[in-house]
Amino acid sequence: MTLLDAEEITKRFAGISALDRVSLTVERGELVGLIGPNGAGKTTFFNCLLGMLRPEGGRVVFDGVDITRLPVYKRARLGFGRTFQRVELFTGTSVRDHLLVAERSRRGDGALWKDLLNMGGPTAEELARSEETLELLGLADFADKPVESLSLGRSRLLEVGRALMTDAKLLLLDEPSSGLDRRETASLAETLRQVQQDRGTAVLLVEHDVEMVQSFCARTYVLDFGVLIASGPTTEVMSDATVRSAYLGDVV
Amino acid sequence: MTDFVSYVIDGLPFGCVYALVAIGLVLTYKTAGVFNLALAVQSFLSAAVYYDLKARHDWPIVPALFVAVFVVGPVVGFILDRFLFRYLRSAPPVARLVCSLGLLVAGPEIVILWFGRTGSVNPPAITTNPDRQYHFLDYVVSQRELAIIVTTLLAVGGLMLLFRYSAIGLQMRAVVESPRMTELSGINADRVGSFAWMLSSVFAGLAGVLVAPLYVNVASQNFLFLLIAAVAAAAFGRLSSLPLTLLGGLLLGAAQGLLAAYLPSGSVLANGLRPGLPFAALFLLLLFWPGLRQRRETVDPLSGVDPPPPAPVATERSRALTIATRVFALVAIGVGSFFVFFQLDSYWLLIVTQGVVYATIFLSITVITGMGGQLSLCQATFAGVGGFTTAQLVDRYSDMPVLLTIVIGALLAAVVGGLLAIPALRLGGIYMSLATLAFAFMFNAVLVPLDWVSGGFVPLRVPRPVVGPVDFASDKAFLMLCIVVLAAVSVLVIFVRKGTTGRYLAALRASEPAAASIGINPARARVTALALSAGIAGLGGGMLVTLHGRANTVFFEPLFGLFFVVIVVTLGARSVQGAITAGLAFMLFPEFLDAVGLSASYQFIFFGLGALTFARHPEGIIEFQTRKSLTFIQGLLDRRKGPPATSAPGSPSPPGGDGAAGTRQEEPVR
Repeated sequence: MTLLDAEEITKRFAGISALDRVSLTVERGELVGLIGPNGAGKTTFFNCLLGMLRPEGGRVVFDGVDITRLPVYKRARLGFGRTFQRVELFTGTSVRDHLLVAERSRRGDGALWKDLLNMGGPTAEELARSEETLELLGLADFADKPVESLSLGRSRLLEVGRALMTDAKLLLLDEPSSGLDRRETASLAETLRQVQQDRGTAVLLVEHDVEMVQSFCARTYVLDFGVLIASGPTTEVMSDATVRSAYLGDVV
Repeated sequence: MTDFVSYVIDGLPFGCVYALVAIGLVLTYKTAGVFNLALAVQSFLSAAVYYDLKARHDWPIVPALFVAVFVVGPVVGFILDRFLFRYLRSAPPVARLVCSLGLLVAGPEIVILWFGRTGSVNPPAITTNPDRQYHFLDYVVSQRELAIIVTTLLAVGGLMLLFRYSAIGLQMRAVVESPRMTELSGINADRVGSFAWMLSSVFAGLAGVLVAPLYVNVASQNFLFLLIAAVAAAAFGRLSSLPLTLLGGLLLGAAQGLLAAYLPSGSVLANGLRPGLPFAALFLLLLFWPGLRQRRETVDPLSGVDPPPPAPVATERSRALTIATRVFALVAIGVGSFFVFFQLDSYWLLIVTQGVVYATIFLSITVITGMGGQLSLCQATFAGVGGFTTAQLVDRYSDMPVLLTIVIGALLAAVVGGLLAIPALRLGGIYMSLATLAFAFMFNAVLVPLDWVSGGFVPLRVPRPVVGPVDFASDKAFLMLCIVVLAAVSVLVIFVRKGTTGRYLAALRASEPAAASIGINPARARVTALALSAGIAGLGGGMLVTLHGRANTVFFEPLFGLFFVVIVVTLGARSVQGAITAGLAFMLFPEFLDAVGLSASYQFIFFGLGALTFARHPEGIIEFQTRKSLTFIQGLLDRRKGPPATSAPGSPSPPGGDGAAGTRQEEPVR
């Protein structure tokens, strides 16, 4: 069964059609890209998938469940993970604590009465799981450092880690390479590939870094002015004439 | 029908004045993102100046009006903007609200220092013959009332022309979104902001001078009432539309006029509803008025440029220093207890006990504001729910143990808090704070006078509990009990902060979208926070009435709720020490003032102005000073040990002065 099936998503802002019947699918464990010029509607589409915006038309079905009307936090519980275009970390915590919050949320067994009886601290299991994720991301050395002290590349990784802790079946990454240099981008791509192998997580990537998309995504969708102008295997899409003239540029 | 219209006309002057202040509120909210509660003080000030010049010094009308409204008003507005709120542009909305709250608390007392509390009867109007009557068809309007209506229409008309046809109007709208980005396009955001503040102050000053003659004297309470009504009108206008705001004010005034005429004057409910109408209107509007729900706080896209606030001190110290601090605290408590129990007379014993009980109430603010990041202005009301419940239960079921009634009171307060949270949460941020404000005033005006709440005119009596052999009628024994309760609640608050609820709340405070993206339900966390906070306040309220032996309504007045927030926020809303210090300060500071010969109202000035430091030091004075001294001590210790060879990975690097520097070491870019 398809993991994510977005059908005919339409979103209007006061008469302007930001998205016009955009359909997109992601299979389990697949790596999919979504590219297009700025203002094409990529982030709007993301926000519709995530529940931060309510589309005027269309459905979003995730793992067989129609999530079109669900609030953001419920979608997260079903297996969506996301990162943000501008990194949104929980300031005032250490790197490890950051992941522990996500782990606690996944387990969903924090209740007020437990807090009152001082049973609210991290359990051994939670600590073990966050250690695992820290190792996977290469952040184990920074476990006790405050999150504000991380560089941008590491902050991005931490955001990915936070999304992973919730056992995400699908990661939605919004321009993860923005602000990173080539080495950091390659390192991020490598980590994501490993995550896909280890945990079978699917990834839907909004990106401007064409190289990253080419090396990373099996399939790509192209959005322009709220309309899908191409979709299919990445190599095909990249050499498509319409895509080249709209976005990539005609230089071969 | 003629009666109907004439009642409406009766209420119009007030409606106009509400609209003027409401427009002032919307102006600064739209351009500076500041919900300026201090407009009440500005109205009061202009009214006071006008009274002083006209009635006390016999100035003619026009110069007095000019100085009171068009000189004093803008000067104060300019000062507030230039020297205070400008620095808060990138601060979170809660910080700006706290500052305006501090001004609201301190301001009236500062004005009274000059103006005096008495000697202001029969405030003059702005026309020469205010009692002269005019006849329109079947209706009669006094010159005083007509002047108000005409002035308002002129003022609002002028403002709309300004917005539509002038450059400054457009610039004012641009500055709202992002002052910094506006500056990037060459507009002097500061100048535009100042203009908006001065304009807002003129409106408030005008309202103050116009409304003063409708009351018996120039007293600050009248202007607080004016403010709340104005907030209702502004909410009607969705905090953004000036025509709707004007309409809201007029409707509110008209409704008041009708209510005054048609409600039976015998019933207690009616008597409460009449002055309580604006509060009830505000409350209902905030909860049900559709346009407000979609409103989001505008976030300055360049706000990420500022460094984050420092982490609470407790997370930063080395272990040795933490242990030393705890030992020191225990020793201090030991010495203090000895002193209290064996040396104090009954007067001071009562003071200290009250301090302990208020500290318990203040812990509720630690939960909702320190942890939840929300400003709740009705904590005194929650305490009242607890206190009145205790008193009523004791009154009706005389064999129910007093301690049980206190616990039930706390639980009921928690339920009330939870119920209030559910609709208020959709609002978030400032609207939620306004909803708590409305709730506090509404509860006080409408519900408290009822027999089944406060027991009517005579306060209900509450005996001290008797548990086994211990009779808590003894003041010392009761103090022990209060200390035990305070200690238990403190420990609970610490557990909650370390546990799931505290972590979720911290995550929500840092980034709500990110928290939702990992499955945290924002509504559930915040309802829990407000319910817990209300329960703690209710517990304190029950203890308070038991301490005093009566459920006096004075203890739980809404103004106290405002003052509580201001004290706790000044001293430290994020830590248990802050709340405890605040409780003791609340009781001891007036004694100190008395000792140095100052009146007790100076406490409002001191703490109100203290709240202004909240934006720079959201952790409060106590934590700030603790951090400074700890940093200093740690520096001394490190210097004694000698410079470290290398920093071990994972250990905090020695803070070089300001604790904030220690948490922000930048990773070298390779």
